[in-house]
Amino acid sequence: MTDHLLRLSGLEPFVLTPDIPFVNVGERTNVTGSAKFRKLITNRDYAAALAVARDQVENGAQIIDINMDEGLIDSKAAMVEFLNLVASEPDIARVPVMIDSSKWEVIEAGLQCVQGKSVVNSISLKEGEEAFRHHAMLCLAYGAAVVVMAFDEAGQADTFERKTQICARAYRILTEEIGFPPEDIIFDPNIFAVATGIEEHNNYGVDFIEATRWIRANLPYAHVSGGVSNLSFSFRGNEPVREAMHAVFLYHAIQAGMDMGIVNAGQLAVYDQIEPELREACEDVVLNRRPDATERMLEVAEKFRGGPKEEKVRDLAWREWPVAKRLEHALVNGITEFVEADTEEARLAAAQPLDVIEGPLMAGMNVVGDLFGAGKMFLPQVVKSARVMKQAVAVLLPYMEADKAGGREAAGRILMATVKGDVHDIGKNIVGVVLACNNYEIIDLGVMVPPQKILEVAKERKVDVIGLSGLITPSLDEMVHMAAEMEREGFDIPLLIGGATTSKVHTAVKIAPRYHAGAAVYVTDASRAVGVVGALLSPHQKAGYVDGVRAEYADLAERHERAEAAKQRVPLPAARANALKLDWADYTVPAPQFFGPRTIEDWDLAEIARYIDWTPFFQTWELKGVYPKILEDEKQGEAARSLFNDAQAMLKQIIAERWFRPRAVVGFWPAATVGDDIRLYTGEDRTDTQATFYTLRQQTGKRPGRPNVALADFVAPEGGPRDYVGGFVVTAGAEEAEIAARFERANDDYAAILVKALADRFAEAMAEMLHERVRRDYWGYAPEEGFAPQELIGEPYRGIRPAPGYPAQPDHTEKETLFALLEATERTGVELTESMAMWPGSSVSGLYIGHPDAYYFGVAKVERDQAEDYAARKGMPLAEVERWLAPVLNYRPDAGAAGAGGAAA
Amino acid sequence: MLDLTLPNSPVFAALDALARERILILDGAMGTQIQALGLSEEDYSGCGGGACACHIHSDQPQKGNNDLLILTQPQAIEEIHFRYAMAGADIVETNTFSSTTIAQADYAMEDKVFDLNAEGARIVRRALDRATAIDGKPRFVAGAVGPTNRTASISPDVNDPGYRAVTFDDLRKAYGQQIRGLIAGGADLILIETIFDTLNAKAAIFAALEAFSDHGQRLPLMISGTITDASGRTLSGQTPTAFWHSVMHARPFTVGLNCALGAAAMRPHLAELASVATTNICAYPNAGLPNAFGQYDEGPEDTARQVGEFAREGLVNVVGGCCGTTPDHIRAIAEAVRPFAPRKIPA
Repeated sequence: MTDHLLRLSGLEPFVLTPDIPFVNVGERTNVTGSAKFRKLITNRDYAAALAVARDQVENGAQIIDINMDEGLIDSKAAMVEFLNLVASEPDIARVPVMIDSSKWEVIEAGLQCVQGKSVVNSISLKEGEEAFRHHAMLCLAYGAAVVVMAFDEAGQADTFERKTQICARAYRILTEEIGFPPEDIIFDPNIFAVATGIEEHNNYGVDFIEATRWIRANLPYAHVSGGVSNLSFSFRGNEPVREAMHAVFLYHAIQAGMDMGIVNAGQLAVYDQIEPELREACEDVVLNRRPDATERMLEVAEKFRGGPKEEKVRDLAWREWPVAKRLEHALVNGITEFVEADTEEARLAAAQPLDVIEGPLMAGMNVVGDLFGAGKMFLPQVVKSARVMKQAVAVLLPYMEADKAGGREAAGRILMATVKGDVHDIGKNIVGVVLACNNYEIIDLGVMVPPQKILEVAKERKVDVIGLSGLITPSLDEMVHMAAEMEREGFDIPLLIGGATTSKVHTAVKIAPRYHAGAAVYVTDASRAVGVVGALLSPHQKAGYVDGVRAEYADLAERHERAEAAKQRVPLPAARANALKLDWADYTVPAPQFFGPRTIEDWDLAEIARYIDWTPFFQTWELKGVYPKILEDEKQGEAARSLFNDAQAMLKQIIAERWFRPRAVVGFWPAATVGDDIRLYTGEDRTDTQATFYTLRQQTGKRPGRPNVALADFVAPEGGPRDYVGGFVVTAGAEEAEIAARFERANDDYAAILVKALADRFAEAMAEMLHERVRRDYWGYAPEEGFAPQELIGEPYRGIRPAPGYPAQPDHTEKETLFALLEATERTGVELTESMAMWPGSSVSGLYIGHPDAYYFGVAKVERDQAEDYAARKGMPLAEVERWLAPVLNYRPDAGAAGAGGAAA
Repeated sequence: MLDLTLPNSPVFAALDALARERILILDGAMGTQIQALGLSEEDYSGCGGGACACHIHSDQPQKGNNDLLILTQPQAIEEIHFRYAMAGADIVETNTFSSTTIAQADYAMEDKVFDLNAEGARIVRRALDRATAIDGKPRFVAGAVGPTNRTASISPDVNDPGYRAVTFDDLRKAYGQQIRGLIAGGADLILIETIFDTLNAKAAIFAALEAFSDHGQRLPLMISGTITDASGRTLSGQTPTAFWHSVMHARPFTVGLNCALGAAAMRPHLAELASVATTNICAYPNAGLPNAFGQYDEGPEDTARQVGEFAREGLVNVVGGCCGTTPDHIRAIAEAVRPFAPRKIPA
């Protein structure tokens, strides 16, 4: 495109779009920056060296810097060997590389190994214009972007004048003489050490920052990068101080336009959480604000030297600040401890209570919003800030006149609801909190909200936006229905769609086309919600934004249709002919200890907690990474650790005070497969059928040797060996909802969301723990199994526990059969809603299948022939089957079998 | 010496003007047409017919070395090009897909490479001039540059993933020789095609830029990748957008896809490329999937209907055919895309 964005590629493309404020270049595959990596390369331990690269990519590095410049290493050979090995690792090679060397021959050897568009780091005018031109021309011929160092014949640029003059000269040569695309130029205006005691060095930070500002303003489309660790060179050995200096420096440099950097983000403090005294000292040296900055920094540095961060004394210096500043600090850091007293003090000083909200509190929340928007704060921290805000407002409310209390000028009014039939609301609550933080008024109608109620309230309260959430697949159809209802009732306000099963494609293909009068917009996660709502409610941006979304969705829908059309499907008989054929001849499995349902009551909360898989817990909070590694993550580690500590504290309370009352039921039946159905018998004589599980078969065209599988294939056929099927329902209990409500009443959304997220984890952990008991004991086909609880996360064991409504069996109504067999509602209190969601939400159900070759799979799309066959087998009207299977149908039921003409309906 | 500030060859302006006006037509497969001639080993090596004006002396059998027919059966090759030109092709490719020292090593014909390319371009030029003499339409010679039979970014040895059977420099040299031959023979454009490893293509681009520097003019480049399986990636693992980012520095006249799985399977990947590439899009699929005997049995109308669909959707600027297509396919394709305007290059 002629939009002049930097475009790179590995196996996958990378575009530096304006919504990426800063590209953190992974620096751990750099022998000059990492002693560990240097050692691996020197010892030729390439397997471990690749693991370092993979780690960086998994942790979110968008580009990885590779540098082999070390005296004892044959840099050129090492560069070639390492890049060739990286090329064989798709999970590393998917990102672009930065080929980093001070020797051109090493760079060129590297360029000859990468198929993607990489970045060369670096070229410069050091050896004159001719060499510069030559190297630049080669970069262009190899198809690479370049980092250009501010370095010329006279040496490295240290002042603002020299930096800008050299960069301008290089830019002119590149763009005017060679035709180098300006967006592919990244300037490195040299970060030098400050606070060295040499007076000439004092302004180096300012020189870099100001040069950055100048470059971004005067050299169109070019970027600015730098290696930050140089800055604090004189404080080697004092890591806390170095981290603080880097954070302060980056904070200002990014604002000035630095959009890329080689930074060890794992060793970076969060700007706003640096002790004020230290931060001020850092700011003084980085920004060269006072002549004695270095001396003061040295003094302060001594104080902060030493111990690991955790042992740091709690610093209450901020308590001395003026009250407005204290409120801001409390908001940004999520500290509730003093908020009531501080708010009261602010109220007494203000002309009216409302001024406190509109003054210091909103100012503080704006800081939070900005930090979150800039990726400097993470979701759990924002939710904590919201808690502080709510508690402050609660102090003020009694003093506000009724009309004034309601008269606060909100940025907009947003109705949020989990749709009819669905009970899941963690994500919705998080979005609500984040929007409320940004001064939107939230009307939350809760869960299982019927469409009529949503529309009534929307009219009555004149809301500006409706946000719908849902987790289970039938909710997708509810949302389509809501969109059509909004259209019918003449709404034109934006409709936001979110939740685990929703997607941009579904919104584009199914929802948006039903709501022409307004815009239906898919919101990926809470962090996007503010931007989307802001654009939708801005008089200037709205039209453009909506047009953009519409165009994108139209394109997406069209592409989706084409992609689906391109996929080969096979008719049901052919799919059945290609079923998975397990060898049943010698198969034996022991009979379970009992038949029929049994209630399990001896649950020990502490025992369950050992089975918790924490990774999804962090995902709930939009912290993306694998536990426990995420606790050490470069960017999110701090937020993750703090969240984890809070979760552990609450977990202790949950166990000690028995907050949850878990219940479960498990049952087994003799079973056999007949066609695509699993038949369950009343007894081992296998004469009377008690119930039937109907299964769906994959209809995707498969490569030779790959079966079209259905769950029925994993159970022994009728007349074959004796086989069995089990079923279960577990729940963490309904108490969670009441506890969450109590927290909400106390203005503590953070704890409310936390307890729900933990209840979810408990239910999942119970399912894992119960499955283990089933394998070892109740069914007992693996009595010797001995995995540690955390090892179970990888599902190393024999057998599966597929749940109706999930990919292996997308039909939620099979839950009715399961619940009836297990007498689940009577035994556990778990109920099914009209959409077949389980209430309470923290519940898990599924079947047990014991064959060692059984595995989880996705049925994917089914054709009309299978839907008809399935309806006949199940004795359910076709239209009803089609309604439940709507998300997986590969045809339009409304198009009619008779002819294509009906599609317009 | 590499020079990236060269003037464009005059062909640029003519091609640009035509491409803005309508969808341009590229020719179809050579292999199928050559097979139909039923040539023998003697025909290939040029020793047949009794007259002992042996072109080629080699201990290696040459049957199957289709490129060699440029030297040994020039009339037959010219006739195929001529039939494609008369079927409606605006751009006709040289029969030089394997005319590099690397690919010809299999036949021990490395020393014929320059002649193959120069002569290959001249034969196409002659065929096109004959066609133009009949109908007055301008036509262009595309010097075809194939991928070779080696990959620069994939190891052939699973136990040694760092090993490479060919280096960038080997490829750059081989391609450089080929492209210089094509330019010497009068090629109007250079078409780097059937790219399954983008690093090979980058070596070809590099070699082309060097050859242009020697020539003193830049020729239009056409770059065409191959998506080999349903995963939607090249053999070397790139997505279509990543592929475009990797070759955009060549500022090609077209970027596109050819070969692989036929038009239907090509469509989503072509659509992705068309949505990101700021240049003309070129598509020339196979005549469907090969049958059990490795033959293509999709008829002209079938292929044309699908390629016509690309045009109707505004995805393409240049279309043609790859494996299994014939002059009849090209005629049908030209017919099928005629009603539709060329794709608009995104701003």
